[in-house]
Amino acid sequence: MLILIVGCGRVGAAVAKRALEAGHEISVLDADPLSHERLDRDQTSTWEDAGGRFTVGAALEIDGLIEAGIERADVFLAATSGDNTNLVIAQIAQRRFKVPRVVVRVADPGRAGWYAEQGLHTICPTQIAIDQAEKLALEPVA
Amino acid sequence: MYVIICGAGKVGWNLARELIGKDREVTLIESNHERYRVVEEELEHAVQYGDATEMWVLERAGIQRADLVIAVTGDDEDNILICQMSREKYGVQRIVARVNNPRNLQHFKLLGIQPAVSATDLIMRLIEHEVPEYGLVQLLALEEEHLEIIELEVGAGSEADGKRVSDVALPDGALIISVLRDGAGFVPKVDSVMSAGDQVLLILDPGLEGEITGAFAPAGSPAF
Repeated sequence: MLILIVGCGRVGAAVAKRALEAGHEISVLDADPLSHERLDRDQTSTWEDAGGRFTVGAALEIDGLIEAGIERADVFLAATSGDNTNLVIAQIAQRRFKVPRVVVRVADPGRAGWYAEQGLHTICPTQIAIDQAEKLALEPVA
Repeated sequence: MYVIICGAGKVGWNLARELIGKDREVTLIESNHERYRVVEEELEHAVQYGDATEMWVLERAGIQRADLVIAVTGDDEDNILICQMSREKYGVQRIVARVNNPRNLQHFKLLGIQPAVSATDLIMRLIEHEVPEYGLVQLLALEEEHLEIIELEVGAGSEADGKRVSDVALPDGALIISVLRDGAGFVPKVDSVMSAGDQVLLILDPGLEGEITGAFAPAGSPAF
Protein backbone atom coordinates (compact mmCIF):
# COMPACT_ATOMS: atom_id res chain seq x y z
CA MET A 1 0.00 0.00 0.00
CA LEU A 2 1.45 3.37 -1.04
CA ILE A 3 0.85 6.22 1.38
CA LEU A 4 1.65 9.73 0.19
CA ILE A 5 2.14 12.30 2.93
CA VAL A 6 2.33 15.99 2.02
CA GLY A 7 3.89 18.09 4.77
CA CYS A 8 6.82 16.74 6.76
CA GLY A 9 6.07 18.45 10.04
CA ARG A 10 5.60 16.77 13.41
CA VAL A 11 2.44 14.94 12.35
CA GLY A 12 3.50 14.07 8.82
CA ALA A 13 6.95 12.82 9.81
CA ALA A 14 5.67 10.78 12.77
CA VAL A 15 2.96 9.09 10.71
CA ALA A 16 5.47 8.42 7.93
CA LYS A 17 7.91 6.70 10.28
CA ARG A 18 5.27 4.54 11.90
CA ALA A 19 3.72 3.54 8.60
CA LEU A 20 7.12 2.59 7.20
CA GLU A 21 7.81 0.44 10.28
CA ALA A 22 4.44 -1.21 9.71
CA GLY A 23 5.72 -2.31 6.29
CA HIS A 24 4.00 0.17 3.95
CA GLU A 25 5.48 2.02 1.02
CA ILE A 26 5.82 5.66 2.07
CA SER A 27 6.42 8.79 0.05
CA VAL A 28 6.78 12.19 1.72
CA LEU A 29 6.60 15.54 -0.04
CA ASP A 30 7.61 18.87 1.46
CA ALA A 31 8.74 22.22 0.04
CA ASP A 32 11.50 22.50 2.62
CA PRO A 33 14.47 20.12 2.04
CA LEU A 34 15.50 20.56 5.69
CA SER A 35 12.26 18.98 6.88
CA HIS A 36 13.83 15.66 5.83
CA GLU A 37 15.78 15.76 9.11
CA ARG A 38 12.63 14.90 11.01
CA LEU A 39 12.53 11.55 9.20
CA ASP A 40 16.10 10.62 10.16
CA ARG A 41 16.02 11.77 13.78
CA ASP A 42 16.24 8.94 16.35
CA GLN A 43 16.57 6.37 13.57
CA THR A 44 19.40 3.87 13.12
CA SER A 45 19.45 4.23 9.33
CA THR A 46 18.56 7.10 7.00
CA TRP A 47 15.01 7.45 5.73
CA GLU A 48 16.00 6.36 2.22
CA ASP A 49 18.04 3.39 3.45
CA ALA A 50 15.02 2.29 5.45
CA GLY A 51 13.04 2.30 2.21
CA GLY A 52 11.25 5.64 2.46
CA ARG A 53 10.92 8.21 -0.30
CA PHE A 54 11.23 11.98 -0.03
CA THR A 55 10.43 14.56 -2.68
CA VAL A 56 11.10 18.29 -2.45
CA GLY A 57 8.23 20.24 -3.95
CA ALA A 58 5.44 22.71 -3.34
CA ALA A 59 2.13 21.11 -2.41
CA LEU A 60 0.21 22.68 -5.28
CA GLU A 61 2.70 21.76 -8.00
CA ILE A 62 1.30 18.84 -9.95
CA ASP A 63 4.72 17.73 -11.25
CA GLY A 64 5.98 17.23 -7.70
CA LEU A 65 2.86 15.33 -6.63
CA ILE A 66 3.24 13.02 -9.62
CA GLU A 67 6.94 12.52 -8.92
CA ALA A 68 6.00 11.63 -5.35
CA GLY A 69 3.64 8.96 -6.70
CA ILE A 70 0.15 10.43 -6.31
CA GLU A 71 -1.09 8.55 -9.41
CA ARG A 72 -0.78 5.18 -7.70
CA ALA A 73 -1.24 6.25 -4.07
CA ASP A 74 -3.78 4.31 -2.02
CA VAL A 75 -3.80 6.83 0.79
CA PHE A 76 -3.17 10.59 0.69
CA LEU A 77 -2.51 12.58 3.85
CA ALA A 78 -2.53 16.37 3.65
CA ALA A 79 -0.57 17.60 6.66
CA THR A 80 1.06 20.90 5.71
CA SER A 81 0.90 23.84 8.11
CA GLY A 82 -1.79 25.56 6.02
CA ASP A 83 -5.46 24.61 6.37
CA ASN A 84 -6.38 26.00 2.99
CA THR A 85 -3.43 24.34 1.26
CA ASN A 86 -4.44 21.04 2.83
CA LEU A 87 -8.07 21.41 1.77
CA VAL A 88 -7.14 22.28 -1.81
CA ILE A 89 -4.59 19.47 -2.30
CA ALA A 90 -6.92 16.96 -0.64
CA GLN A 91 -9.59 17.81 -3.20
CA ILE A 92 -7.03 17.54 -6.00
CA ALA A 93 -6.06 14.06 -4.73
CA GLN A 94 -9.70 13.05 -4.49
CA ARG A 95 -11.14 14.53 -7.68
CA ARG A 96 -8.23 14.60 -10.12
CA PHE A 97 -6.19 11.60 -9.05
CA LYS A 98 -9.02 9.51 -7.56
CA VAL A 99 -6.94 8.48 -4.54
CA PRO A 100 -9.15 5.95 -2.67
CA ARG A 101 -8.55 7.35 0.80
CA VAL A 102 -7.86 11.02 1.43
CA VAL A 103 -7.19 12.32 4.92
CA VAL A 104 -6.74 16.03 5.62
CA ARG A 105 -5.61 17.90 8.70
CA VAL A 106 -7.54 21.11 9.34
CA ALA A 107 -6.79 23.23 12.42
CA ASP A 108 -9.95 25.34 12.18
CA PRO A 109 -12.96 23.41 13.57
CA GLY A 110 -15.37 25.38 11.39
CA ARG A 111 -13.74 24.44 8.10
CA ALA A 112 -12.99 20.90 9.33
CA GLY A 113 -16.65 20.36 10.11
CA TRP A 114 -18.03 21.72 6.88
CA TYR A 115 -15.54 19.93 4.61
CA ALA A 116 -16.20 16.68 6.49
CA GLU A 117 -19.86 17.11 5.54
CA GLN A 118 -18.73 17.48 1.92
CA GLY A 119 -17.11 14.05 2.03
CA LEU A 120 -13.51 14.74 3.06
CA HIS A 121 -12.01 12.77 5.91
CA THR A 122 -10.84 15.63 8.14
CA ILE A 123 -8.81 15.49 11.33
CA CYS A 124 -9.07 18.56 13.55
CA PRO A 125 -6.40 18.71 16.30
CA THR A 126 -8.04 21.85 17.71
CA GLN A 127 -11.38 20.11 18.14
CA ILE A 128 -9.67 17.13 19.82
CA ALA A 129 -7.90 19.52 22.22
CA ILE A 130 -11.16 21.36 22.93
CA ASP A 131 -13.00 18.12 23.64
CA GLN A 132 -10.26 16.80 25.93
CA ALA A 133 -9.81 20.08 27.77
CA GLU A 134 -13.54 20.36 28.26
CA LYS A 135 -13.76 16.80 29.57
CA LEU A 136 -10.88 17.32 32.03
CA ALA A 137 -12.03 20.76 33.09
CA LEU A 138 -15.54 19.62 33.84
CA GLU A 139 -14.56 16.43 35.62
CA PRO A 140 -15.52 16.59 39.31
CA VAL A 141 -12.47 17.49 41.40
CA ALA A 142 -11.81 14.76 43.96
CA MET B 1 -26.24 44.71 -4.96
CA TYR B 2 -24.09 43.69 -2.00
CA VAL B 3 -20.45 42.85 -2.74
CA ILE B 4 -17.88 41.28 -0.42
CA ILE B 5 -14.24 41.68 -1.43
CA CYS B 6 -11.63 39.50 0.30
CA GLY B 7 -8.12 40.92 0.38
CA ALA B 8 -7.36 44.66 0.58
CA GLY B 9 -4.24 44.65 -1.56
CA LYS B 10 -3.96 46.99 -4.54
CA VAL B 11 -6.62 45.08 -6.46
CA GLY B 12 -9.07 44.72 -3.59
CA TRP B 13 -8.76 48.27 -2.35
CA ASN B 14 -9.19 49.81 -5.78
CA LEU B 15 -12.11 47.53 -6.61
CA ALA B 16 -13.81 48.56 -3.38
CA ARG B 17 -13.23 52.22 -4.16
CA GLU B 18 -14.65 51.85 -7.70
CA LEU B 19 -17.70 49.92 -6.57
CA ILE B 20 -18.45 52.32 -3.73
CA GLY B 21 -18.16 55.11 -6.30
CA LYS B 22 -20.86 53.34 -8.30
CA ASP B 23 -23.08 53.30 -5.19
CA ARG B 24 -22.69 49.58 -4.51
CA GLU B 25 -22.76 48.33 -0.97
CA VAL B 26 -19.30 46.91 -0.33
CA THR B 27 -17.49 45.16 2.51
CA LEU B 28 -13.76 44.63 2.19
CA ILE B 29 -12.07 42.04 4.41
CA GLU B 30 -8.37 42.25 5.27
CA SER B 31 -6.40 39.89 7.54
CA ASN B 32 -3.25 41.98 7.99
CA HIS B 33 -3.81 44.43 10.83
CA GLU B 34 -1.38 47.09 9.60
CA ARG B 35 -2.93 47.06 6.17
CA TYR B 36 -6.42 47.09 7.64
CA ARG B 37 -5.65 50.28 9.58
CA VAL B 38 -4.32 52.03 6.49
CA VAL B 39 -7.35 51.10 4.39
CA GLU B 40 -9.75 51.82 7.23
CA GLU B 41 -8.67 55.46 7.31
CA GLU B 42 -10.20 55.89 3.89
CA LEU B 43 -13.00 53.33 3.70
CA GLU B 44 -14.02 53.40 7.38
CA HIS B 45 -16.81 50.94 8.17
CA ALA B 46 -16.65 49.40 4.68
CA VAL B 47 -13.53 47.46 5.69
CA GLN B 48 -13.45 44.69 8.29
CA TYR B 49 -10.47 43.05 9.95
CA GLY B 50 -10.24 39.25 9.79
CA ASP B 51 -9.28 36.11 7.89
CA ALA B 52 -11.84 35.70 5.14
CA THR B 53 -11.26 31.95 5.01
CA GLU B 54 -12.85 31.70 8.47
CA MET B 55 -16.58 31.17 8.33
CA TRP B 56 -17.40 33.48 11.21
CA VAL B 57 -15.57 36.32 9.49
CA LEU B 58 -17.58 35.80 6.31
CA GLU B 59 -20.77 35.54 8.34
CA ARG B 60 -19.99 38.72 10.26
CA ALA B 61 -19.58 40.46 6.90
CA GLY B 62 -23.06 39.24 5.94
CA ILE B 63 -22.16 36.56 3.42
CA GLN B 64 -25.69 35.16 3.56
CA ARG B 65 -27.04 38.18 1.72
CA ALA B 66 -24.07 38.80 -0.59
CA ASP B 67 -24.80 38.90 -4.32
CA LEU B 68 -21.15 38.77 -5.33
CA VAL B 69 -17.97 37.61 -3.60
CA ILE B 70 -14.60 38.65 -5.05
CA ALA B 71 -11.56 36.76 -3.70
CA VAL B 72 -8.41 38.73 -4.49
CA THR B 73 -5.98 37.80 -1.73
CA GLY B 74 -2.36 37.07 -2.63
CA ASP B 75 -2.86 33.41 -1.84
CA ASP B 76 -4.45 31.09 -4.40
CA GLU B 77 -5.49 28.46 -1.85
CA ASP B 78 -7.30 31.14 0.13
CA ASN B 79 -9.06 32.45 -2.96
CA ILE B 80 -10.19 28.92 -3.88
CA LEU B 81 -11.50 28.23 -0.38
CA ILE B 82 -13.30 31.57 -0.08
CA CYS B 83 -15.08 31.04 -3.40
CA GLN B 84 -15.89 27.41 -2.73
CA MET B 85 -17.45 28.14 0.67
CA SER B 86 -19.23 31.26 -0.60
CA ARG B 87 -20.96 29.36 -3.35
CA GLU B 88 -21.44 25.92 -1.88
CA LYS B 89 -22.03 26.72 1.79
CA TYR B 90 -23.63 30.15 1.61
CA GLY B 91 -25.26 29.95 -1.81
CA VAL B 92 -23.67 33.13 -3.20
CA GLN B 93 -24.73 33.35 -6.85
CA ARG B 94 -21.70 35.07 -8.34
CA ILE B 95 -18.04 34.71 -7.49
CA VAL B 96 -14.85 36.07 -9.01
CA ALA B 97 -11.44 34.70 -8.08
CA ARG B 98 -7.97 36.04 -8.65
CA VAL B 99 -5.27 33.60 -9.77
CA ASN B 100 -1.86 34.76 -8.53
CA ASN B 101 0.21 31.95 -10.05
CA PRO B 102 -1.10 30.99 -13.50
CA ARG B 103 0.04 27.41 -12.86
CA ASN B 104 -2.70 27.20 -10.25
CA LEU B 105 -5.44 28.00 -12.78
CA GLN B 106 -5.96 24.24 -13.30
CA HIS B 107 -6.88 23.87 -9.61
CA PHE B 108 -9.50 26.63 -9.86
CA LYS B 109 -10.96 24.86 -12.90
CA LEU B 110 -10.91 21.45 -11.23
CA LEU B 111 -12.92 22.79 -8.32
CA GLY B 112 -15.28 24.75 -10.54
CA ILE B 113 -14.14 28.20 -9.43
CA GLN B 114 -15.18 30.42 -12.35
CA PRO B 115 -14.40 33.03 -13.43
CA ALA B 116 -10.79 32.88 -12.30
CA VAL B 117 -8.81 35.91 -13.42
CA SER B 118 -5.06 35.79 -13.87
CA ALA B 119 -3.28 39.10 -14.43
CA THR B 120 -0.36 37.25 -16.01
CA ASP B 121 -2.68 35.57 -18.50
CA LEU B 122 -4.42 38.83 -19.32
CA ILE B 123 -1.14 40.59 -20.01
CA MET B 124 0.13 37.60 -22.02
CA ARG B 125 -2.98 37.83 -24.16
CA LEU B 126 -2.39 41.52 -24.74
CA ILE B 127 1.20 40.78 -25.72
CA GLU B 128 -0.01 38.13 -28.14
CA HIS B 129 -2.44 40.61 -29.60
CA GLU B 130 0.39 43.06 -30.22
CA VAL B 131 2.90 40.45 -31.35
CA PRO B 132 0.82 37.58 -32.61
CA GLU B 133 2.76 34.37 -32.91
CA TYR B 134 1.55 32.44 -35.96
CA GLY B 135 -0.90 35.31 -36.40
CA LEU B 136 -3.34 33.73 -33.96
CA VAL B 137 -5.08 35.67 -31.19
CA GLN B 138 -7.59 34.16 -28.84
CA LEU B 139 -10.37 36.71 -28.45
CA LEU B 140 -12.86 34.90 -26.26
CA ALA B 141 -12.95 31.58 -24.45
CA LEU B 142 -16.37 30.31 -23.45
CA GLU B 143 -15.22 27.70 -20.95
CA GLU B 144 -18.62 26.32 -20.03
CA GLU B 145 -19.79 26.12 -23.64
CA HIS B 146 -16.48 24.64 -24.85
CA LEU B 147 -16.11 27.19 -27.58
CA GLU B 148 -13.60 29.86 -28.38
CA ILE B 149 -13.28 32.66 -30.87
CA ILE B 150 -9.92 33.34 -32.44
CA GLU B 151 -8.54 35.87 -34.85
CA LEU B 152 -6.14 34.90 -37.63
CA GLU B 153 -4.46 36.81 -40.39
CA VAL B 154 -4.58 35.38 -43.90
CA GLY B 155 -0.92 35.01 -44.85
CA ALA B 156 0.38 35.87 -48.31
CA GLY B 157 0.43 32.74 -50.46
CA SER B 158 -1.30 30.71 -47.77
CA GLU B 159 -3.80 28.01 -48.58
CA ALA B 160 -6.66 30.38 -47.75
CA ASP B 161 -5.26 33.29 -49.77
CA GLY B 162 -7.54 33.88 -52.76
CA LYS B 163 -9.89 31.07 -51.82
CA ARG B 164 -13.63 31.13 -51.22
CA VAL B 165 -14.68 30.53 -47.62
CA SER B 166 -16.35 27.25 -48.59
CA ASP B 167 -13.16 25.96 -50.22
CA VAL B 168 -10.88 26.28 -47.20
CA ALA B 169 -10.46 22.88 -45.58
CA LEU B 170 -11.39 23.28 -41.92
CA PRO B 171 -11.90 20.51 -39.39
CA ASP B 172 -15.38 19.77 -38.03
CA GLY B 173 -16.09 22.13 -35.16
CA ALA B 174 -14.57 25.21 -36.78
CA LEU B 175 -16.40 27.95 -38.66
CA ILE B 176 -15.38 31.28 -40.18
CA ILE B 177 -17.77 33.87 -38.78
CA SER B 178 -16.31 37.18 -39.88
CA VAL B 179 -13.75 38.78 -42.16
CA LEU B 180 -12.14 42.11 -41.28
CA ARG B 181 -10.73 44.06 -44.23
CA ASP B 182 -9.60 47.68 -44.47
CA GLY B 183 -10.90 48.44 -41.01
CA ALA B 184 -14.39 47.06 -41.61
CA GLY B 185 -15.84 43.66 -40.90
CA PHE B 186 -18.44 41.58 -42.70
CA VAL B 187 -20.04 38.19 -42.24
CA PRO B 188 -18.85 36.14 -45.21
CA LYS B 189 -21.03 34.08 -47.50
CA VAL B 190 -19.80 30.72 -48.77
CA ASP B 191 -18.52 32.37 -51.94
CA SER B 192 -16.77 35.32 -50.26
CA VAL B 193 -13.12 35.31 -51.26
CA MET B 194 -10.38 35.86 -48.68
CA SER B 195 -7.10 37.47 -49.48
CA ALA B 196 -3.77 38.11 -47.84
CA GLY B 197 -3.94 40.67 -45.05
CA ASP B 198 -7.57 39.92 -44.11
CA GLN B 199 -8.24 39.25 -40.45
CA VAL B 200 -10.54 36.28 -40.06
CA LEU B 201 -12.58 35.44 -36.98
CA LEU B 202 -13.32 31.78 -36.34
CA ILE B 203 -15.44 30.05 -33.74
CA LEU B 204 -14.17 26.59 -32.82
CA ASP B 205 -13.92 23.79 -30.32
CA PRO B 206 -10.92 24.41 -28.05
CA GLY B 207 -7.88 22.45 -29.19
CA LEU B 208 -8.49 22.76 -32.94
CA GLU B 209 -6.15 25.75 -33.36
CA GLY B 210 -3.27 23.57 -34.49
CA GLU B 211 -5.31 22.10 -37.36
CA ILE B 212 -6.43 25.51 -38.52
CA THR B 213 -3.38 27.74 -38.49
CA GLY B 214 -1.73 25.79 -41.33
CA ALA B 215 -4.36 26.96 -43.82
CA PHE B 216 -3.65 30.61 -43.01
CA ALA B 217 0.11 30.55 -42.54
CA PRO B 218 2.09 32.46 -45.22
CA ALA B 219 3.69 30.31 -47.91
CA GLY B 220 7.06 28.91 -46.83
CA SER B 221 6.48 29.36 -43.10
CA PRO B 222 7.24 26.43 -40.81
CA ALA B 223 4.39 24.16 -39.82
CA PHE B 224 2.57 25.09 -36.61
